[in-house]
Amino acid sequence: MKNNLQLDEQGRLRHFLTIEGLSRPLLTEILDTAESFAGVGERTVKKVPLLRGKVIANLFFETSTRTRTTFELAAKRLSADVLNLNISTSSTTKGETLLDTLRNLEAMQVDMFVVRHNESGSAHFIAQHAAPHVSVINAGDGRHAHPTQAMLDMFTIRRHKKDFSQLKVAIVGDLLHSRVARSQIAALNTLGVAEIRCIAPRTLMPGDIRSCGVHPYSNMEQGIRDADVVIMLRLQKERMQGAFIPSEHEYFRLFGLTGRRLELLHPEAIVMHPGPINRGVEMDSQVADGERSVILQQVTYGIAVRMAVMSLCMQSSDRGGEA
Amino acid sequence: MRSAPRIAILNGRLIDPANGIDEITGLYIAEGKVLAIGERPPGFEADQILDAGGKILCPGLIDLNAHLREPGHEHKATIASETTAAARSGITTVCCAPDTDPVIDSPAVIELIRRRAKQSGKAMVLPIGALTQGLGGEIISEMAALKEAGCVAVSNVHRPLKNTLVERRALEYAATYDVLVFLRPEDLHLRDNGCVHEGPIATRLGLPGIPSAAECVAVARDLALAAHTGARIHFRGISTATSLRMIRRAQGDGLPVSADVPAHQLHLTEQDVDQFNSQCHVTPPLRTLQDREALREGVATGIISAICSDHQPHEPDAKLLPFPSTAPGISALETLLPLTLKLVEDGVLSLSTAIARVTAGPAAILGIEAGRLGIGDRADICIFDPDHAWTFTEEGMLSAGRNTPFLGWHFNGLVTHTLFEGRIVYQNP
Repeated sequence: MKNNLQLDEQGRLRHFLTIEGLSRPLLTEILDTAESFAGVGERTVKKVPLLRGKVIANLFFETSTRTRTTFELAAKRLSADVLNLNISTSSTTKGETLLDTLRNLEAMQVDMFVVRHNESGSAHFIAQHAAPHVSVINAGDGRHAHPTQAMLDMFTIRRHKKDFSQLKVAIVGDLLHSRVARSQIAALNTLGVAEIRCIAPRTLMPGDIRSCGVHPYSNMEQGIRDADVVIMLRLQKERMQGAFIPSEHEYFRLFGLTGRRLELLHPEAIVMHPGPINRGVEMDSQVADGERSVILQQVTYGIAVRMAVMSLCMQSSDRGGEA
Repeated sequence: MRSAPRIAILNGRLIDPANGIDEITGLYIAEGKVLAIGERPPGFEADQILDAGGKILCPGLIDLNAHLREPGHEHKATIASETTAAARSGITTVCCAPDTDPVIDSPAVIELIRRRAKQSGKAMVLPIGALTQGLGGEIISEMAALKEAGCVAVSNVHRPLKNTLVERRALEYAATYDVLVFLRPEDLHLRDNGCVHEGPIATRLGLPGIPSAAECVAVARDLALAAHTGARIHFRGISTATSLRMIRRAQGDGLPVSADVPAHQLHLTEQDVDQFNSQCHVTPPLRTLQDREALREGVATGIISAICSDHQPHEPDAKLLPFPSTAPGISALETLLPLTLKLVEDGVLSLSTAIARVTAGPAAILGIEAGRLGIGDRADICIFDPDHAWTFTEEGMLSAGRNTPFLGWHFNGLVTHTLFEGRIVYQNP
């Protein structure tokens, strides 16, 4: 049962906590569903009535602008009612426990929780303890997973590259602390890309990253050579408790994506970043704003992908309710 | 107080590793002590006769480390509740960790613990004193007074010293008064905010890892300081193959250093943390299969001469949080004997060695007269039915803490009687 926490008896998505354990057809279904929603934002009336009457709570224990906003927009475009709760972690540790917060919201007949929390495993924890009709979507838990971000990245890649099986993908930066990278790696492997390369100094790379099915590199030039997709990770300065890198300057010199390094990529390569960018640390402004960059598309597609995940999870919980 | 009953235990298989005994025999108890083994002594009139046919008699178990939570954390457990749970598992001597509130760093706290234990009367409770005052890691404790008051060892529990100079002074001072020092080897800087073993599972789940090196660095430091100061140190709860090798070498060099391992480390691995199972959140963390196999071998060869429970009962809420925030530890008194006997089933230990690791082994580490059943010894006895198959369930638990990853496990070997100071303190059915 626990192994399939995310799936209902019919194998449909019930919660969306991690990419791990989800099949390629299911990920493809999410991407296809997102494709059908992609046009909604371009209409005059940017709404479909799929989740009318549903209440979705954005439960953010960690600050976020982009993710929370796109989840909110996605929910509103599906015609759901949205509650935004920004709860600082310190206040919960002093008083109400996470479980109490959850119970209170359930008492308000919330149908779906979108959760961001600074601790790995928190979305699993909430899903394990949520009422049967409630769906949980992980909007980022600690270093563990950020599956909707990974899916919007896959969506972006698919829009530009038709065939995953031919792709060489390079992920550059703070892999140690990155939930985004973990989910991207799982998604890319499930979708069957040819090669995933992870590029970082050893201080920012888990020692056993090979066990995730990737090739580690500590040299940027070697790692990005001929890559079809380069994903630059944010250097999460706020998470750094020790000296992981000597200076931003040295990091940029060794791992920054510059115009010169772009020339090493496949001629039609795309450059991605989950945002927010530290310009001059992860990449040059000219790269961020250049023609290879699909960074702003990622944000746009994020809404469609989140609409897809929300509607698929809600379908499953509705069917469960009827059974 | 009424005098202890005269009890005859007949037809049982007596396994007493300290005295090299393994035979079916009778055992006669009077005035709380073993009066005779073998033939009924002339004139012995038993108040009670226990037929132990098909059962095994062994010395009552000695647990080197249990957190009994009293005083200060009675919402988790009390001395009364936990000594009752100990009796159920055949444990008659429990060393209690000093991380109480107030900390065990004064004779007054020891006196309180002694009184509570006496009221309960289910097991001998031996306090472990704090190595530093308030476990603060800065000022060494009044070890001489603690020893006089009855502490069998001193320890800083799960708060290893950061400052090596303080550790040096603490060991020197302990050596002056021949006080045994329990050290939980861990370098706090390398541990950082880790909560699981640093390895593939930690990487996959994005949980901050504790590298094996966090333990090995501390073992190396502690061994060097033990050699330098002449202190008698005991490593509490080692978890890695590398630290085991270092301890083996030190023992080979003649350093008087011993080690124990919690029973759960001999059965679980990092894999068990998968799906964020907070019942498997323990300190030190569950390591790799290779580490587990090395620890098992270390227990078999005797480099690790004791298996302990590392009992840490918690209230349910302590585990109802996202994994990194949950309190580490297992409510483990009631699985100490079952998990030890499982090692016999798994072909790791002989029955006699298994019993030695929870009786004579810990007794030798502490230097106490217990863990054996010679004539005149205190009649602390565990009687169990080795063939009785049972399932460990929450409803069946006696500890106030129900936090354990072993619920639903099937075990062979069930305690039927526990005698403490010649009295039956637990009986099933």
